[in-house]
Amino acid sequence: MYSWLILSSLAKIVGILFVVILPMVSYTVYAERRVSAFIQDRPGPNRVGPAGLLQPIADVVKLLIKEDFTPAGVNTFYYWLAPCLAMMPSIITIAVVPFGSTLFDVPMVIADVNIGILWVFAIGSLGVYGIVIGGWASNSKYPFLGGVRSSSQMISYELSLGLAVIPIFMLVGKLRLTDVVRYQIDHGWFIAPFIGDWANPVKWLLAIPMLISFFVFMVAMFAETNRLPFDLPEAEQELAGGYHTEYSSMKFALFFLGEYTAMIAGSAVMVTLFLGGWHFPGIPDGSHGWIFGLTNIVVFFAKVTALLFFFIWVRWTLPRFRYDQLMRLGWLFFFELALVNIFLVAGILACFHV
Amino acid sequence: MARDYLPLLLQIVVAIIFAASALGVSVLVGRTGKRTRAKDMAYECGMIPQGEVQPRFSVKFYLVAMLFILFDLEIVFMYPWAVVYKEQIAHGSTIFWSMLSFIAILMVGYVYALKKGALNWQK
Amino acid sequence: MQLFLFWCAALLMLVFGVAVILNRNPVASALSLVVSFLGLATLFMMLDAYFIGIIQVLVYAGAVMVLFLFIIMLLDLRAENLRKINWPATAGGAVVAFVFLIQVLSVIGRLTDAKKTFPPLARSTIDDVRNVGVTLFTNFNFPFQVIGVLVLVATIGVVVLSKRELANK
Repeated sequence: MYSWLILSSLAKIVGILFVVILPMVSYTVYAERRVSAFIQDRPGPNRVGPAGLLQPIADVVKLLIKEDFTPAGVNTFYYWLAPCLAMMPSIITIAVVPFGSTLFDVPMVIADVNIGILWVFAIGSLGVYGIVIGGWASNSKYPFLGGVRSSSQMISYELSLGLAVIPIFMLVGKLRLTDVVRYQIDHGWFIAPFIGDWANPVKWLLAIPMLISFFVFMVAMFAETNRLPFDLPEAEQELAGGYHTEYSSMKFALFFLGEYTAMIAGSAVMVTLFLGGWHFPGIPDGSHGWIFGLTNIVVFFAKVTALLFFFIWVRWTLPRFRYDQLMRLGWLFFFELALVNIFLVAGILACFHV
Repeated sequence: MARDYLPLLLQIVVAIIFAASALGVSVLVGRTGKRTRAKDMAYECGMIPQGEVQPRFSVKFYLVAMLFILFDLEIVFMYPWAVVYKEQIAHGSTIFWSMLSFIAILMVGYVYALKKGALNWQK
Repeated sequence: MQLFLFWCAALLMLVFGVAVILNRNPVASALSLVVSFLGLATLFMMLDAYFIGIIQVLVYAGAVMVLFLFIIMLLDLRAENLRKINWPATAGGAVVAFVFLIQVLSVIGRLTDAKKTFPPLARSTIDDVRNVGVTLFTNFNFPFQVIGVLVLVATIGVVVLSKRELANK
């Protein structure tokens, strides 16, 4: 009984981690460089392989064979621990996100737990440690300032992140992420009321708070993953690189890996919560044959890729906020907006009993 | 139901192994270079490091962390509320007013913090 | 399997709990406490208390300990490392702990109910988050508001204390 569970879970974990996430991370970095180059009207990395497509592989090899250097002033144990702590939470959060329906009757989610979204937030909140410890253990000014700034920013936006998703669970009535997807299959995607039973007027009314939720969640996700316009922790012009200034070779790569995995995990959660997960109108789920099961997975990751492209696009379009603006925006505007939004949904549900 | 959670444990173990092996491979494959005094120095854009290593920072950072804990508690209470809201609202509006008054009480503290400038970073 | 996991989690909790007080470095202590909380959360989850378990991680490991770490970073760590152990105080603490242990043991020894094994709890198949919600918002609406007042008092306290700090500068 347990051995089958362990074997199938291990297959899914290894498959997701090494076949999907890691290649996705390296090609997101590549895409980031190419897209930024396109936006700034320059070629970008185009020499390694056709159109520079082998660039990520060259980068991995380079990062591996670089000198593994530990500066003298650092607190060695924590200096080594920090990159691991920064990378692990984002990998672990992916476990509860359903990335497909079923394939050969095996559910395409690593762990279908009843507290789904809370797992994402709880493990995500541990990501602060990697950054704080990294900044502190480096025993240098810039990393220290970057670490403190970053943790302050991350905990501030965690509030908006947590509040933004409440309306969804008021509608679904369960915290399990597969139930959220199932609800959206039955009633249409949360931010796209024209899918499913579009003639229902209450659904169109509910789409307004859902769009607000989506907006707040997305902005908070930008802040959580330290992406521009909220990349204060590693603002090059002020902090020389932030919490990973003193890091090199694979330890630096792990910080980067964590950042990009967090981006992918965040996009995956967003797709699951607001964009219907693996569902696409007209495509049946995996119980109708393995080809559909596979298509569902492809649909899910296509949506994730679209969101990742949006992340990159925003990064190279918007300027950076100032720290006081960032905090004011998080604590005043988004926090209040998310709270009002919750009672808006509560009011709609109380009036219409949907 | 505890069975559902076993894969999470496996995921954690795989993540730990992955992180450790990535660092291990880098130690094995990576070149070793000479250590020099300048290389061991903390990086300050090429200048010689000066002043205290850990600058004192504003009390605002603590304030934000403490306020975060308090408002995080509020969010924690909101999850069970959200889960049961739809079925309870059919039996009467108690659940709506209960949460509204809870939030109203907390908002008194929030407004107080705002008025006292606790969240004002410009000063 | 269950038993093995229980011993792993319990051992993790105890070892890192001891590490909290034995470590000289405050950052190491704080991190040990985080690991100890994670072990505690595992134990909660093994008792089918998933909501409490995950809240343990979310609030204690993810929020409270971050504040601790912040505060520790302001301290002068070198001074803390150099400080000598105050032997009379340590001995006094050990005596108090020992007396407390004797007291707890004697109370438990008298209590006949404590010798009986618990009847096996009914394995809940329903969502425990739902159960918490229903109980909280039907029977305990008033205590819930009192918690709100408690948090309000804490908020005002935090602002007042730090305002004094800000005014001094």
